[in-house]
Amino acid sequence: MTALLELRQVSVSFDGFWALNDLNLSLIPGELRAVIGPNGAGKTTFLDVITGKVRPTKGDVFFRGRSLVGISEHRIARLGIGRKFQAPRVYHNLTPRRNLELAVKGSHSPFTLLFGSLSAAQRDRVQQLLAVVGLEAHASQQAGSLSHGQKQWLEIAMLLAQDPEVLLVDEPVAGLSDEETERTGELLRSLAGDHTVLVIEHDMDFIHELNCPVTVLHEGHVLCEGSMDAVQRDPRVIEVYLGVEDPA
Amino acid sequence: MSSSPSLIVFLRRWWPWILIVAAALILPFVLPPFRLNLLGRFLALGIVALGVDLIWGFTGLLSLGQGIFFALGGYALGMHLSLNSLEPGQLPEFFSLYGVKSLPLFWQPFNSPLFTLLAIWVIPAIVAGVLGFLVFRNRIKGVYFSILTQAALLVFFNFFNGQQKLINGTNGLKTDTARFFGELVGSDGMQRYLFWITVLLVVAAWFLCRWLTSGRFGDALVAVRDDEPRLRFTGYNPTAYKTLVFTVAGALAGISGALYTVQSGIISPQFMSVPFSIEMVIWVAVGGRGTLIGAVFGAVLINYAKSLISEQLPETWLFVQGGLFLLVVTALPDGVVGWWRKGGLRHIQAMVGWPPLAPTYPGLDLDPLVQAEKREIEARALAEETGSTGSGGLP
Repeated sequence: MTALLELRQVSVSFDGFWALNDLNLSLIPGELRAVIGPNGAGKTTFLDVITGKVRPTKGDVFFRGRSLVGISEHRIARLGIGRKFQAPRVYHNLTPRRNLELAVKGSHSPFTLLFGSLSAAQRDRVQQLLAVVGLEAHASQQAGSLSHGQKQWLEIAMLLAQDPEVLLVDEPVAGLSDEETERTGELLRSLAGDHTVLVIEHDMDFIHELNCPVTVLHEGHVLCEGSMDAVQRDPRVIEVYLGVEDPA
Repeated sequence: MSSSPSLIVFLRRWWPWILIVAAALILPFVLPPFRLNLLGRFLALGIVALGVDLIWGFTGLLSLGQGIFFALGGYALGMHLSLNSLEPGQLPEFFSLYGVKSLPLFWQPFNSPLFTLLAIWVIPAIVAGVLGFLVFRNRIKGVYFSILTQAALLVFFNFFNGQQKLINGTNGLKTDTARFFGELVGSDGMQRYLFWITVLLVVAAWFLCRWLTSGRFGDALVAVRDDEPRLRFTGYNPTAYKTLVFTVAGALAGISGALYTVQSGIISPQFMSVPFSIEMVIWVAVGGRGTLIGAVFGAVLINYAKSLISEQLPETWLFVQGGLFLLVVTALPDGVVGWWRKGGLRHIQAMVGWPPLAPTYPGLDLDPLVQAEKREIEARALAEETGSTGSGGLP
């Protein structure tokens, strides 16, 4: 099957430090993929490269066969690549409803926002997403006053409102309770199929729950790929996570 | 019977507008011409302050160069008035001082009142739009944006200050002795009309800013201010929003500058001085960022205080202004209006140890059904009490 999103030999250098080093990765349509790796493995830089925030020093990124290098962030987002940030980033001074109304799919030109109004379909979508993430009762309070977990969910809802083809999700369950974590896992699994989902996460139990192919990043390149169980038994993975065993 | 509650509802809803209309109608006949003129000038400054609130309070762009657009509007009207009252073939007086024999080309269109009315806001808007687009497209923001706008202000100041042959350099253009519709611009009658026009335009500018900031467009501005990268990754191009709103603020500054010019009688490069543009930011900070009405309030209040204090103790004003700014930065981050909206009165009551009024539910007090139930419960409680004392039994 042809890849929907493909990184070919991508390297990123920050003043001589190689955050990504000859990274190859491809996602097929409808796939759910987890990416793990110790701190500093380049997980966030990898998302920055795909979404246009960082330009690769070498290599290329293809989305539906088209190169994304040099295209600005908002155009990449409009092509259908959505991103959720590591720390929940919602607009604190707006209500959850207004957060979603900004994110909902449609024209984002200033003139549309000034002179147009939301279509009935867009309004329904916002209402539906508020229900999905359980924020209906909080729809009209400032998003800054939500709990950490609610903010995480609001940001996931904003991502869904964009209706992207590819969802790049950075640490969606950081700081969530066990029950919230479980529900987030269910949500992401249900999205795969219609969407292509890439999850970056530290929580190994959560990755186990997702039950999907795992890519391990280390020092900016792919260390290995496979199921979670296979990956966990791989001696190279054990080595980078636990450190080199002292021969003495 | 039914007319009095509806009157109260009407008053409660419309009192700010009734107050404004009443003040606008009565003040010109109550205030001495000098004070009325001051009030008109300060209200005119309220318009440029609204623009500053739009770009700084809502969008997070701290411009220290609004004086550029303010002065451009002032010059546009000043040039028209310099030409307006001349005999055919005559040139404005200052040209002869520098040996200029014919009217420079760029002065020609200002013969037309219609062109001037457009130029007052379109020229500053275009300059703001071009400057803004270049700056925002290159993702210059924060303190770098502020420094850049101040540098641009200095460039404009030096240019206007040095061009004697084009626009009378440092002396500026006088408008007091010019005629408009056959009447002296500086006359009391004309100043009264200008006061009314100013009041109308302040209200119009406020409505414009309110419309811009209240809907989804306003939400996008707040999003630019609070988390611009996030907005980019949602598929928005912040450059378009910032350029548009900066252009609108430029146009508002131009209108403000024109109104200020005809009410103070002169336009000179001093309107592009660095301190004046910083003062605009202080008015908004003191009045309340992101509140709109606070910007107008701050502009009028601070300038009135400035003129009153300067009349009595000329040396002290700068200290008072500095103190006000410190007060806002340290104690009132939302400005006076922001503080008021967040329950300012209750803070004072708490400070002086006077407990705030407990919330009441007048709706309940008036509802006959609730009152009947209340009486019933009270009667039952009373009956139980007397019943228990009657039986005399203790557990």
